[in-house]
Amino acid sequence: MNAPLLSVTGLTMRFGGLVAVDGVNLTAETNRITALIGPNGAGKTTIFNCLTGFYKPTSGELTLNRPGQLPVSLQTLPGYQVSRHGVVRTFQNIRLFPRMTVLENLLVAQHVGLMKKAAFGVAGLIGLKGWRTAEKEAIDRARFWIERLDLTSVADEEAGNLSYGVQRRVEIARAMNTNPLLLCLDEPAAGLNPKETGVLGELLQGIREQFGIGILLIEHDMGLVMGISDRIHVVEYGRKIAEGTPEQIRSDERVIKAYLGEPDEEELPAIVAEDVAGQEGGRA
Amino acid sequence: MAITIQHHLKGSIIGGLIAMVLAVPFIGLYTVSTDQGLVVQTRWSWVVWSGVMVLVGSLAVALLRDVLSARRAGRPNRAAGTKPKRDDALTAKLSKGFAIGITLFAITLPFMPFSDRYIMDVGTTVLIFVLLGMGLNVTVGLAGLLDLGFVAFYAIGAYSFAILSTTLGWGFWVCLPLSGLIAALFGALLSMPILRLRGDYLAIVTLGFGEITRIIILNWQSFTGGPAGISGIPRPSLFGLSFDRRPPEGLTSFHEVTGISFATEHRLMFLYLIALSLVLAAAWVIKRLRALPIGRAWEALREDEIACRSLGINPVASKVSAYAVGGMLGGFAGCFFAARQGFVSPESFTFMESALILAIVVLGGLGSQIGVVIAALFIVLLPEVGREFADFRMIVFGIAMIAIMVWRPGGLLSQRIPTIRLSSIKGEAA
Amino acid sequence: MDASALGTFLQYLINGLALGAIYGLIAIGYTMVYGIIRMINFAHGEIYMIGAFVAVTTFSILAAAGVTSVPLALLLVLVMAIAFTAAYGWTVERVAYRPLRGAPKLAPLISAIGMSILLQNYVMQTQGARPKPLAPVMNGGVTLWQGDGFAVNVSYIQLFIILLTVALMVGFTQLINRTALGRAQRACEQDRTMAGLLGINVDRTISLTFVMGAALAAVAGVLVTMYYGVIDFYIGFLAGMKAFTAAVLGGIGSLPGAMLGGLLIGLIEAFFTGYVSGAYKDVASFSVLILVLVFRPTGLMGRPDIEKV
Ligand SMILES: Nc1ncnc2c1ncn2[C@@H]1O[C@H](COP(=O)(O)OP(=O)(O)OP(=O)(O)O)[C@@H](O)[C@H]1O
Ligand SMILES: [Mg+2]
Repeated sequence: MNAPLLSVTGLTMRFGGLVAVDGVNLTAETNRITALIGPNGAGKTTIFNCLTGFYKPTSGELTLNRPGQLPVSLQTLPGYQVSRHGVVRTFQNIRLFPRMTVLENLLVAQHVGLMKKAAFGVAGLIGLKGWRTAEKEAIDRARFWIERLDLTSVADEEAGNLSYGVQRRVEIARAMNTNPLLLCLDEPAAGLNPKETGVLGELLQGIREQFGIGILLIEHDMGLVMGISDRIHVVEYGRKIAEGTPEQIRSDERVIKAYLGEPDEEELPAIVAEDVAGQEGGRA
Repeated sequence: MAITIQHHLKGSIIGGLIAMVLAVPFIGLYTVSTDQGLVVQTRWSWVVWSGVMVLVGSLAVALLRDVLSARRAGRPNRAAGTKPKRDDALTAKLSKGFAIGITLFAITLPFMPFSDRYIMDVGTTVLIFVLLGMGLNVTVGLAGLLDLGFVAFYAIGAYSFAILSTTLGWGFWVCLPLSGLIAALFGALLSMPILRLRGDYLAIVTLGFGEITRIIILNWQSFTGGPAGISGIPRPSLFGLSFDRRPPEGLTSFHEVTGISFATEHRLMFLYLIALSLVLAAAWVIKRLRALPIGRAWEALREDEIACRSLGINPVASKVSAYAVGGMLGGFAGCFFAARQGFVSPESFTFMESALILAIVVLGGLGSQIGVVIAALFIVLLPEVGREFADFRMIVFGIAMIAIMVWRPGGLLSQRIPTIRLSSIKGEAA
Repeated sequence: MDASALGTFLQYLINGLALGAIYGLIAIGYTMVYGIIRMINFAHGEIYMIGAFVAVTTFSILAAAGVTSVPLALLLVLVMAIAFTAAYGWTVERVAYRPLRGAPKLAPLISAIGMSILLQNYVMQTQGARPKPLAPVMNGGVTLWQGDGFAVNVSYIQLFIILLTVALMVGFTQLINRTALGRAQRACEQDRTMAGLLGINVDRTISLTFVMGAALAAVAGVLVTMYYGVIDFYIGFLAGMKAFTAAVLGGIGSLPGAMLGGLLIGLIEAFFTGYVSGAYKDVASFSVLILVLVFRPTGLMGRPDIEKV
């Protein structure tokens, strides 16, 4: 069997005295949706931040195995290099370029390739043919994703003026415009209504099938997670407490105890609050 | 209505009273140096007048605002409190039209019957400030990096030409690109230590760079001539033709070759046209850059640096390039300024210049090139128009800056025009 | 180090401390305003200049009225300068900044630059462009140390500057830490909306912040007038710039930072002028600032700002 697309071993991230991530191991595979779940503050976003170069992990190994190429240690790259190697993310608090249009947002995502084609501006400035072709391709790619994510009617709108749900879709489209191998989504369904969540689930499965890329998904919506994930990792207080298929996770004692009080519940915060209180009490 | 007027009146009376209090130590009392030291004199009637003026003025402003907002509320599409759908396409068309109009006007201006030496001179000054504004607009408006020391690049460009021409004898057209490159290099170098800093910290550090540059120029006597500056800087030539009455050695003069009798006007016109070409070239380049990856990365950087990093954009490279490109335009402006004056001294490169250039960029509307043109016209022409009230023009100028910001905090043209539109591309394909 | 070198060093130290105290007083105004509304009050240097002019006028009136008691004169001058300067500080905020709450970040900065131009030219027009010389108010001093061929002197005015500044700092820290006003201020710094919801009058708190900053700048203006004996309408720019540098060096938003920054800038200037060159003293201050910011992007005592993703 091939090495997995991403393998994380012994990832630890400390902030002063706080151990936000504690020796986590996980893998994400090509053509699979891998979910990362856990109560609020469990350290999920921190794992993403380490993965995508925003934090330097205290220790641990983050290896990206691209087909036919040498493996890369993501933790050694400068932050902006990570997406150039094929790992791209979205943000829990949407980070679009609010005063640029949707189309422009998607073109910014193609910066690295375009910059080379524009010879760092020179070829672009005088409008050489090579640049014009590259630009056209870039626009076509952007248009493909605009249509695919049903954004045609807002393509020329400023991203900041769009509704929350639409902004989430733009962020996914923008990430896909970097041509990733691994798409990391941080709570893409947060703030969506059930119908929108359903559409999102189909979209993610569609992307996985059509492009065969790996998807790493942080999500609190258990319906979505259980419905589309191939594999689920559960973290709590920075530690991984379980791993398995949705069925296995559904019946895992520790997970149920820690987290999934009622599997079909949408609203998590209240449960987690109770849960955390219980845990604290138990520990003391 | 009566109630609001009463309300305004009350406010204005309070305002007038406060103004009178404030006026006491400065308008009511003033000191004069005499042999016996400072002697205090009074002009109490002026204090009363200040109060009355503020009262009347603030009442007028308050009423005017009422009238305006009443009219706005009366418009049907805004009544329901819904956000009116902005028409980008229309704005884009309007500004395109304005751009073409003002360009035509600027090109034909020197050939108009009414245009004289004064108009050419002021026009050239406006153009220099437009060029400076466009340069700073790249750094502040597009890339979102505050710079309070932009005058440094202006000075570096000017002194580059002054020194190269007076020591090596190089001409304007050779030095123009060199000055730009030197300024760009400085921009890149200076940006290095401050890449980690954010907004307000950038303000003081860039201000510091501007001051350091000025102090070095002021004190490095042997190189820059110190406070006395450098004179005898050659004027630009036209394909080797000089516009001086007695051309420098090795040059023939324009009036000898063409047979047109010598007139200083021709030189001023020529300078004006050079400045105009520089501005047009800069405007074109920036317009193109905005739609290229480098320019899109600048704007993206302004919008969200973290998102930029997650998409593979190297923020360091983007910042350095923004400072360098902005600095280069400042350098061009400086080189031209030196050539036009024939003389440079540190006095031309104070913080006041930096502040005015920044004011042009912000008043115009960050990122908007047309905004820069309008604001530069305003900043240069207002003090000119006010020459008759020479004493008070700077006071009016300060008030106007505050008033415009209060009136339009986003600048005159605050709406960003997209660099590309999916709808128009489709139109072409069909 | 021989005695005379040590003597020179001590003399520079005293000069630097006096100068630094003045910068520190002005810097507090920058830092407080920044702390509460995150804006650089560019006109703050002019506020200090206004304080200096009120001081000169009041001194002249007192001289004409035949007041000879120095403590009485000082008291009256301080009261007048603080009262009028605070009124100017309040008005500046009301007119040029309050309408711009919530506006894009650069708008208040430009408004402040406009205000600075306005105030400078207003004073120049009403009081004249020529420097105003003032007869010395406090003469003499004490010789701390007399060696052969050198002496370390501290003038009474230097002593006065340092002591008054220390007293003000102590009082001011108490004010911020102990009173309801100080609490309101700190609450507004952290979260203005929330503070407003909890019943704090945010507008009034901000106004008072400007008033307090202006009052301290007025004291600095009085001190400078007495120290140098000559002022003009342009002194606000330079002092403002240095105080601003001091505030950022110390960590903008931090009160002790502003004082520390002021002292450092004063000392750097005094020592650099003494040992290296007076012409390049500002280059030295700015270079120190840049160096500090490279290693501590939020200044010496500023809170590091965490980049939350
Ligand atoms: N830069 C930082 N400095 C200090 N502590 C941090 C930092 N980033 C995250 N933390 C802490 O690490 C812990 C994990 O946070 P993280 O954002 O990873 O949780 P999460 O699992 O994504 O939670 P949520 O579901 O609420 O998004 C939290 O206690 C958080 O306060
Ligand atoms: Mg999270």
